Amino acid sequence: MEGFWTRMALRVWVVLVLLFLFIPILLIPAYALNSSKIQSWPLTSFTLGWVNLTLNDPEVVSAVGLSVRIALVTTIFALVLGSLAAFAIHRTRFFGRDAISFLLILPLALPGIITGISLRSSFTFAHVELSIWTIIIGHTTFCIVVVYNNVLARLRRTQGSLFEAAADLGASGLQTFRDITVPLISTALVAGAMLAFALSFDEVIVTTFTAGAQNTVPIWILAQIRNGQRLPEVNVVVSFVILVTIIPVVVAARLTGGSGAARVQAGR
Amino acid sequence: MSTATLQGAVSDRREGLALRLQGIRKSYGHVIAADGIDLEVREGEFFTLLGPSGSGKTTLLRLIAGFERPDSGRIELGGRDVTTLPPNARETNTVFQDYALFPHMSVADNIGYGLKVKGVPRGRRRERVGRALKMVRLEGLEHRRPNQLSGGQRQRVALARAVINEPEVLLLDEPLGALDLKLRQEMQIELKNIQKEVGITFVYVTHDQEEALTMSDRMAVMAGGRLQQIGPPIEVYEQPANEFVAGFIGISNVLDRDGKRLVVRPEKLLLLEESEPAEPGMSVEPGVVEQVVYVGMITRFTVRLDHGELLVAVRQNMHAPGRAQGFEGRRVRLAWSPDHAYVLKTGTTGEEK
Repeated sequence: MEGFWTRMALRVWVVLVLLFLFIPILLIPAYALNSSKIQSWPLTSFTLGWVNLTLNDPEVVSAVGLSVRIALVTTIFALVLGSLAAFAIHRTRFFGRDAISFLLILPLALPGIITGISLRSSFTFAHVELSIWTIIIGHTTFCIVVVYNNVLARLRRTQGSLFEAAADLGASGLQTFRDITVPLISTALVAGAMLAFALSFDEVIVTTFTAGAQNTVPIWILAQIRNGQRLPEVNVVVSFVILVTIIPVVVAARLTGGSGAARVQAGR
Repeated sequence: MSTATLQGAVSDRREGLALRLQGIRKSYGHVIAADGIDLEVREGEFFTLLGPSGSGKTTLLRLIAGFERPDSGRIELGGRDVTTLPPNARETNTVFQDYALFPHMSVADNIGYGLKVKGVPRGRRRERVGRALKMVRLEGLEHRRPNQLSGGQRQRVALARAVINEPEVLLLDEPLGALDLKLRQEMQIELKNIQKEVGITFVYVTHDQEEALTMSDRMAVMAGGRLQQIGPPIEVYEQPANEFVAGFIGISNVLDRDGKRLVVRPEKLLLLEESEPAEPGMSVEPGVVEQVVYVGMITRFTVRLDHGELLVAVRQNMHAPGRAQGFEGRRVRLAWSPDHAYVLKTGTTGEEK
């Protein structure tokens, strides 16, 4: 049993760690709504001016549009490929199955710079012009993993006899898939999709190497920070990105009982 | 279809075989799970496969259901060769050991699933689900999810879900294994009643000899991937085909006398005190009581015969059961009628391979 002071000290420590982690994140939205043009304390007065300015900036609007499109298409690819891979690994036993499972997970653990450079060289070698599609391919490599992991974990937790029971009751393979498999893995699919979307939306490194003239949101932010002219707008965009990425992660964590969020932290 | 018409439909079928297995073999690597099984189950029969774990009984059930393919041999259901058909094309339904209820469906949807995939219209489906619910006494629970039910209730849902499809053969894989003793005994009676009511052929897998003896019309004792004996419970108990069967069902007292191996069941042994006379014509052998165990309904005596064998005799606790405790260490005599000493045929069991 710890004593009273030990318990109090531990609580204070937890609070300090949480503050350390989250104050920087909360600072940005505060700056975004502050009327001062520079990031400094004390905050002067509340304004929606920067938000207005940002919303009417065609550069920002096109960057957000591009990022959303990339994230959506990436998510769809990841859903299809990731869940198919999970079914295959779950259902079959073959030589080299563990190796393939490892190779599927590897892109998430691989430093983005390696994925990025490799893809860029390959695209150049194959004379593929860099475009939104090369970015999507780059993102898909690691987004497949989150869907794959979620679906596979769910399949492993599902009683195998359920699929046998469906067949036993006369259901064809397709009916079993529609009536049993899909409903049972649906929350895992949604969670995987949300994580994939969040990962793709704020990805920088792979995007840097696989983008041509395209500016995704993170790339645009980096450029603005470097030239330092439009920091208030950056604050607004960053606040938006925080929302877009945190909400899906929280929802995904709810759907999978916490494992989703843990996986994202471990992966990136 | 009401129970009455259901019964009619079943008896309308030509009298014959519900299931026939011919030379079924199945092995997993070095393990032979089915080693040339021949078996015939009649229409409407309650047939039990009894055996210890690893004897191949569940494999046999999975072969009949179509979850596994035999390495060789032939499976017929109602006279039709189904050896190569997948489970969804076979007229069998299974009650799984873990029930395998669909967790995302209500009780009613679970029970009606088989009818739904067969395209039975919604109205008729609801009517038959209602009847099935009534049969297993679960009216009023149709909107519950499986995780809101007790073990016994889940068991009934699993049974209703299978029976509603009126299969040629209903396969039950240790369906009562997860229930506690009291509930298990209730369900044994209920299962047997339902089987009589619907008249469907049951093939029932269990490792519980009492279950097999009380419920079956006929039973097969399985070991090492082979059927050791097939017959009605009385025959299997009273005239075990070999030592394995004698040992697996009930307590077997095996004696070697005059070059023969004899089995005498404990309830047929008469325990006599030294001075008590035996009835004429009975075999009598002296020995020493090594252990006395009070089991409630009976008292069990372990007696070491002077010949060397250890035999178990039981006595009903009709009078003064307390007195029996004093028997430990005492010299007694065991008597039995020669009619009750069943001579074992010297045959090979799967175990002895």
